[in-house]
Amino acid sequence: MVGTAETLEQVQAVQDQKYKYGFITDIEMERAPRGLSEDTVRFISAKKGEPEWMLEWRLKAYRHWLTMEEPDWAKLGYPAIDYQDSYYYAAPKSKDDRPLSLDEVDPELIKTYEKLGIPLQEQKWLAGVAVDAVFDSVSVATTYKKKLEEKGIIFCSISEALRDHGDMVREYIGSVVPYSDNFFATLNSAVFTDGSFVYIPKGVRCPMELSTYFRINASETGQFERTLIIADEGSYVSYLEGCTAPQRDENQLHAAVVELVTLDDAEIKYSTVQNWYPGDENGKGGIYNFVTKRGACRGRNSKIAWTQVETGSAITWKYPSCILQGDNSVGEFYSVAITNNMQQADTGTKMIHIGKNTRSTIISKGISAGRANNTYRGLVKIMPKAENARNYTQCDSLLIGSKCGAHTVPYIEQRNPTAKIEHEATTAKISEDQLFYCKQRGLSEEDAVSIIVNGFCKEVMKELPMEFAVEAQKLIGISLEGSVG
Amino acid sequence: MSLIEIKNLHATVDGKPILKGIDLTIEPGTVHAIMGPNGSGKSTLSYVIAGREGYEVTDGDILLDGKSILEMEADERAIAGLFLAFQYPVEIPGVANTTFLKAAVNARRKAAGEPEVDAMQFLKMLREKTKLLGVTDEMLKRAVNVGFSGGEKKRNEILQMAVLEPRFAVLDETDSGLDIDALKIVADGVNALRSPERSMLVITHYQRLLDYIVPDKVHVLAMGRIVASGGKELAQELEATGYAGYGEPEAA
Repeated sequence: MVGTAETLEQVQAVQDQKYKYGFITDIEMERAPRGLSEDTVRFISAKKGEPEWMLEWRLKAYRHWLTMEEPDWAKLGYPAIDYQDSYYYAAPKSKDDRPLSLDEVDPELIKTYEKLGIPLQEQKWLAGVAVDAVFDSVSVATTYKKKLEEKGIIFCSISEALRDHGDMVREYIGSVVPYSDNFFATLNSAVFTDGSFVYIPKGVRCPMELSTYFRINASETGQFERTLIIADEGSYVSYLEGCTAPQRDENQLHAAVVELVTLDDAEIKYSTVQNWYPGDENGKGGIYNFVTKRGACRGRNSKIAWTQVETGSAITWKYPSCILQGDNSVGEFYSVAITNNMQQADTGTKMIHIGKNTRSTIISKGISAGRANNTYRGLVKIMPKAENARNYTQCDSLLIGSKCGAHTVPYIEQRNPTAKIEHEATTAKISEDQLFYCKQRGLSEEDAVSIIVNGFCKEVMKELPMEFAVEAQKLIGISLEGSVG
Repeated sequence: MSLIEIKNLHATVDGKPILKGIDLTIEPGTVHAIMGPNGSGKSTLSYVIAGREGYEVTDGDILLDGKSILEMEADERAIAGLFLAFQYPVEIPGVANTTFLKAAVNARRKAAGEPEVDAMQFLKMLREKTKLLGVTDEMLKRAVNVGFSGGEKKRNEILQMAVLEPRFAVLDETDSGLDIDALKIVADGVNALRSPERSMLVITHYQRLLDYIVPDKVHVLAMGRIVASGGKELAQELEATGYAGYGEPEAA
């Protein structure tokens, strides 16, 4: 449980539309020199004591990145990002030596986590979540590792994994999202600083939800975490990712990469609740979120399900995808994207059907309020050998007010005649009738909007783990505060 | 003190005058009926009482317990004890009936400084009320009014009223679209909610409903004014004579 009780209390305390995670922790930071160069890449790699091959891979990515153009096909507008005017590495200074237990963690950090409502304390094990908290770039504390180790599960920061399970990282990193994949993923490959690594051994069902809480703290640092999850044959894991960032006037760049691999009969359920600072109502500040998430269903009968609730960020550019390689493999994408004020989101998924009898489901719910723009962009691709592939896509948009926009851009590439593809799309507005009906029953306008929108998102919300769902429901209400009237 | 006092109420919709000076006093524990032809202002009156946006009061006042409610938002009026059973109940996709009702109950509890009701407690409370109205568990799980038949929708309105226990309820054409069996169920539900503290204003076009929900007083609304008031026998007279004697109805 991601600090549900505390989080909810905090969430409920927010009544004035202020971004409640907008506090800044005052800890001395150690940074790489400003800007991006081979030296920056070398600095990061050296700081983390990485093996030589990792540095070479990073440098390859960096050199390739120099040849790339920032993509401009998304329906997003933002001022050019100056990649030389940012810090690419920031670590709390006292953390040269990795803390071995919670007692060794800087109390300031613990306080930050408490404000975020992250259950780092051991007793939270009862809630069934192991948390790998990424504070800016270094993974500060990983809990419950022992419990997991007993089952042979590896859950640690990617830096640790490079040190302790280097061969496995080497085998899989970049195998789903190659270093040359796209502008932002390539940038990440060069300068990624931390992230989580998960390995679930054959036949093991992970006994708890694994959770990472990402938080961007230092001013003007990009966050480039890299997550790699491998589910070996017949295994299962549910992974939760929550994100917040402090409130700042400048924009912060976030370019993460997540790679998932499922072997035969394995399943990964990856859930995200993203409430990064969205900027103020005039569009000042906020996170630029350019994320590449992709899963490969390599094995037969394997399954990857992405569930995301996106309420934050000034800019969201994100397409969690599935490569359905193994026969009978299943890909699912459930998404709620909320944009209010000046937020912009261009998000969706790609389902690439390669194997026989592969199935995919896409349920996307986009909500726009204020002057926000919300775009669903999705690709369903059926390759020639994907006999009997099936896809069902449903894209629903909900508009609140008359100054926002909703757009749906579905691409379908069909190269096997036995495949069946269904696409449904709707656009609706919250009606004055609905609002009045709710208010007449005693709900405030904001509660009314919240309950109507949560109803609209129900099919996605029910895919979230219970603890997360409660938090997400509240977040939906908060992010739409002041959107009607 | 009267529970509800409507004094010289004038209201416009889109700048067009609809209510042109309504006076109505309702004592605790009484049921009043308002009858009138289409376009006489019946539904407008219900919306004005409930505080719907776009219905502007240009003169007069509405008092609850002697205090004006005109400055209150619709939700504040609801929490103060005012309930409107809608002529056309609204669909809210994806929101389970129970979730919706629980939110409404909790809004009242929150306003009263009481702790929120928990799910188990609530379900127990709900079951007691559903029996009376023949509302099934399945109907409770369904999204609010989505896929409900006309009769189910009206039963659902009365169920909400039973759960929210208002002090003053306006029933806007609750009989419309109901067959006689459904009408009886709804009327039984309403009658069970009559109490010495609670008052109701039953708005209807036809006398039929008033055979089942017998009013203490009947008023005739025509062209934005109450043009006649009397006992329940007035409804029967209307049934015989129609509204013709009360001026030309405006276009519906």
